[in-house]
Amino acid sequence: MKRYDVTELALRNLRESLLRNSLTTIGISVGVASLVAMLALGIGLQQLAGRRLEKSGLFDTVVVTSRRDLRSFGHEQEQNGPSPAESPSLTETARQKFQELPNVSEAYPDIRFITELRYQDKPHLTMVSGLPFSAKNNEAFEGQQGRFFSSDSAAEVILQKAFAEELLGRKQNAGDEISVAELAKPLLGSELTMRYAERTSTPETAQPASGKAGAEAAAGASYSVVSHEQKLTIVGVCDLDPDSMRGQMRARLFIPLKLALTLHVMQPSEWRDTTNLAGGTPTYTTVEVRVKSPKYVPAVEDAIKKMGFNTFSIVDATKNLRQFFAVLDLFLGIFGSLALAVASIGIVNTLVMAILERRREIGIMKAVGASDADVRGLFFAEAGAMGIFGGALGVALGWTIGRVINFGTNVYLKRQHFPPEQIWSVPWWLVIGAIVFSIVVSLLSGLYPAGRAAKLDPVQALRYE
Amino acid sequence: MMATDETNRSVAIHIEDLCRHYHMGESLIRAVDGVSLEIKAGEFVALLGASGSGKSSLLNLVAGLDRPTSGRVVVEGHDLADLSREQLAKYRLHTVGMVFQSFNLVASMSLLENVELPLRFAEVDRRQRHGLVTKALDRVGLGARVHHRPAELSGGEQQRASLARALINQPRILLADEPTGNLDSRTGTEIMNFIREFNESPGMTVVMVTHERTLAERYAKRMIFLADGKLVDDEPNPTTEMAVSPGEAQ
Repeated sequence: MKRYDVTELALRNLRESLLRNSLTTIGISVGVASLVAMLALGIGLQQLAGRRLEKSGLFDTVVVTSRRDLRSFGHEQEQNGPSPAESPSLTETARQKFQELPNVSEAYPDIRFITELRYQDKPHLTMVSGLPFSAKNNEAFEGQQGRFFSSDSAAEVILQKAFAEELLGRKQNAGDEISVAELAKPLLGSELTMRYAERTSTPETAQPASGKAGAEAAAGASYSVVSHEQKLTIVGVCDLDPDSMRGQMRARLFIPLKLALTLHVMQPSEWRDTTNLAGGTPTYTTVEVRVKSPKYVPAVEDAIKKMGFNTFSIVDATKNLRQFFAVLDLFLGIFGSLALAVASIGIVNTLVMAILERRREIGIMKAVGASDADVRGLFFAEAGAMGIFGGALGVALGWTIGRVINFGTNVYLKRQHFPPEQIWSVPWWLVIGAIVFSIVVSLLSGLYPAGRAAKLDPVQALRYE
Repeated sequence: MMATDETNRSVAIHIEDLCRHYHMGESLIRAVDGVSLEIKAGEFVALLGASGSGKSSLLNLVAGLDRPTSGRVVVEGHDLADLSREQLAKYRLHTVGMVFQSFNLVASMSLLENVELPLRFAEVDRRQRHGLVTKALDRVGLGARVHHRPAELSGGEQQRASLARALINQPRILLADEPTGNLDSRTGTEIMNFIREFNESPGMTVVMVTHERTLAERYAKRMIFLADGKLVDDEPNPTTEMAVSPGEAQ
């Protein structure tokens, strides 16, 4: 029998026992829906974790310090390469070299300083940090109130929640959390005055020196430190800490990086390098090198170490994460498949019942020339059709369940003052995979009934009433 | 002259020492027990006998629906015992057509779909099928009832539809198992006239099982009597010989 005839007859037979076949198909669709729902949850969580890790910048960042900084990361590295005294300083030239390394997306200096800020004439002491414009995508800013900096050098400031509380003189009691929105309302648009120590070069050290005379000039290099004020407009208040990587040295106030650089705030490394430098060139305490993907971190680290600097990075944990989610997906898939296994018993039951009911019909078909393969094919096609319909319906159902769960989760997150999340993902391969899996399970379920129908003795079948 | 024609005809069905035994509990049922006979192409043979004499069992063996316990059924030179299940299905599809006492139409299908069924199994192109089915149903006078389901038709109409289905693939042998058993005499005659027509016009071999001697005498050219699975008599039908002869003479 030709394929389209098998399909036509199978669909016709399914229509004949519409209620029973529909119920069986719904059974399959529930099975597929549970499988899709479970796996979509697993995939969604994996993607969420991946996004979070990516945005945290923990795994694609190399922190570079000078070996001259004896308090920096990686003291053991000092055993190899030049001694601290002979090693290069972390200057702008060095930063540009890092930027030019392959697979580096950006290299920016870490500008941070403890300074005094005045808000409504009241002084507050805190750590200020310069943020590159690329930090706009940092997860910490997802749930912030207000906005990100309007430009890389705008006189604007973003406050961390704890500092906003301090400015307003509000202390958080246990169980009585103040929302970021509540804190931001009076602060957004108001001004802060930042007092800082600016490093200005004296005229003698402005020109680079050379030779013996130059060395003498360097030894006599001098600069002035002048106290300055800068007015800053509060544009945002964020809940999370965008500065989480640097542990105890956390900043609570953020200004645009270019602004921080133009202020020439005196850095601790400059005290250290006063005796060594370098014609008045400013030096950085640390430079952060962002790599395009965590897999390039070791190569970039090696290249920077060869230049005589110390580096620090967190070992790529995404591999372990992928492994964890593979196991999680496997378990979720197994649990999801249980419902499909139950549904497959439904298919066997429906088809065996159909054989009993259509015993005479099978006998007639054989008497008028149907082969075993024709009869087998017909039952197989019926099982397959139930698999296709059940699979498609199941995917739609699973997708809907996912949307509902996602919606419910976001309502809950909103109530808890968290930003909305996509914990649900139904990729196209899951849609196709679920339908194919449903067809395969249905065909396997149809194997026994189809074989039994094909082997039916036509004489016995024709006698059946 | 007629005798010469008969001898010149090729053998359509050759049955040799055919047995079909069943076990029913402790006892052995000899449904067909050592039957040997030959049916020539174009013959109209009636298998007669009381209930349980083995007529239908013999017909099922010739139809390839059942396998013999021993002996041979050779149809058009092919021993059915040598054929695989698939080959037997092809044999049923193309060489023989069957008509049953209870019509055996698929209740959920329309007449068109019922008659179309063997064409589907024969993988006839769907564009040709509709024409063939309509022609076959027209021939048995059911051209206007193609979309009716069997339950909506009388017994005679159902049997005519069954005949159309049996003949749709143009088989050379028609096997009829009590074709008038469920019909009144007028409708029975109508069906038998169709069968005789098919026997005469395309020269189809007809083997008909019946327990009505009068029906056999009226239509069959040869009558074979069975009792307890054995062939007890095989004789030409003088009545039909006489009835046909004048026609042939003209």
